[in-house]
Amino acid sequence: MSLKPLHEIHHRRFGRNLGLGLVLAAFVAIVFGLTIAKVTSGDFQASMSQMEQK
Amino acid sequence: MSDASIQPQAQIGEAGFGDYFALLKPRVMSLVVFTAFVGLMAAPVPVHPMIGFCAILFIAVGGGASGALNMWWDSDIDRIMRRTRNRPIPSGRVERGEALGLGIALSGFSVVMLALAANILAGALLAFTIFFYVVVYSMWLKRSTPQNIVIGGLAGAFPPLIGWVAATGEMAIEPWLMVALTFMWTPPHFWALALFMRSDYDDAGVPMLTVTHGRRATRIHILVYTVLLAALAVGMGFTSIGGPVYLAVAVVLNLLFLLGALRIARRDEADSEADNFAVERRFFKLSLLYLFLHFGAILAEAMLKPWGLGGWA
Repeated sequence: MSLKPLHEIHHRRFGRNLGLGLVLAAFVAIVFGLTIAKVTSGDFQASMSQMEQK
Repeated sequence: MSDASIQPQAQIGEAGFGDYFALLKPRVMSLVVFTAFVGLMAAPVPVHPMIGFCAILFIAVGGGASGALNMWWDSDIDRIMRRTRNRPIPSGRVERGEALGLGIALSGFSVVMLALAANILAGALLAFTIFFYVVVYSMWLKRSTPQNIVIGGLAGAFPPLIGWVAATGEMAIEPWLMVALTFMWTPPHFWALALFMRSDYDDAGVPMLTVTHGRRATRIHILVYTVLLAALAVGMGFTSIGGPVYLAVAVVLNLLFLLGALRIARRDEADSEADNFAVERRFFKLSLLYLFLHFGAILAEAMLKPWGLGGWA
């Protein structure tokens, strides 16, 4: 139980923080998904074969 | 910190998440997403769904970033116009500096991420689009020439090209036709809006055609651009992104659009005042449907191709 009743400003601030948190979490998921897609679709095979030649 | 110190901040600088999202002009973003998606799908190259999704997402974020930068630059005139005075900056919910910061950050982010997710050419095109919309249109043309939306409309026309390039990695004539379609559609769309939003642009001192050349000239301009647009839109039906479905949609829509433009050209101010600009308002609504259905038809042709139904082949 909070000691003071929450002001409307606190709700707004919480909403903003929650929104930003969700955006950041979505960004992490997108970068992970993109990495998996790039690795499995063979984008990196050319550079790997170049490394093997060296 | 006491409640007394919090209270004044509640007036400004304590925007909610939705206020920052509103800076990205979500309605414009939806058009960007749709046309970029059509450009991506119409490209003759299969794209990994995740890469396609990310490309569209970053194009949308880039479009949103340019919207935030536009709101930062235009906050003085947004305060005057009825249509824009409830935007986050003029209404006092977000400060100008915040919009500038968000716009710059998201611009850099979207360009780099699109270049990484798709290819460098797509990223460069997105950077050019943001530059064109913010610097060429918002900062330069919008307040200096009645041709502002004609040339500035190019920025809004680029998304299908970026979508296509994200898929293929190279330029082609077809996405430029899609660019031309949106480019030619923009002037009649905005001039119809300017006709029935009447005093907004006059009050803000924006040199729209209605202000500089008069409302009669604007009506004629709408008709001329609509004739050119119709020729282009129907002609696209015979290219590789067109087909029977597209052609049928284009013929019907362009007949309706031409009819609307002709009605607008024939009317004078007394006619418009009498019915509160009903014809101009209908034309504006039709213009939204016009662009959506043309791109929808291009998408339909692309989706039908794997079954041997889309296009002319």
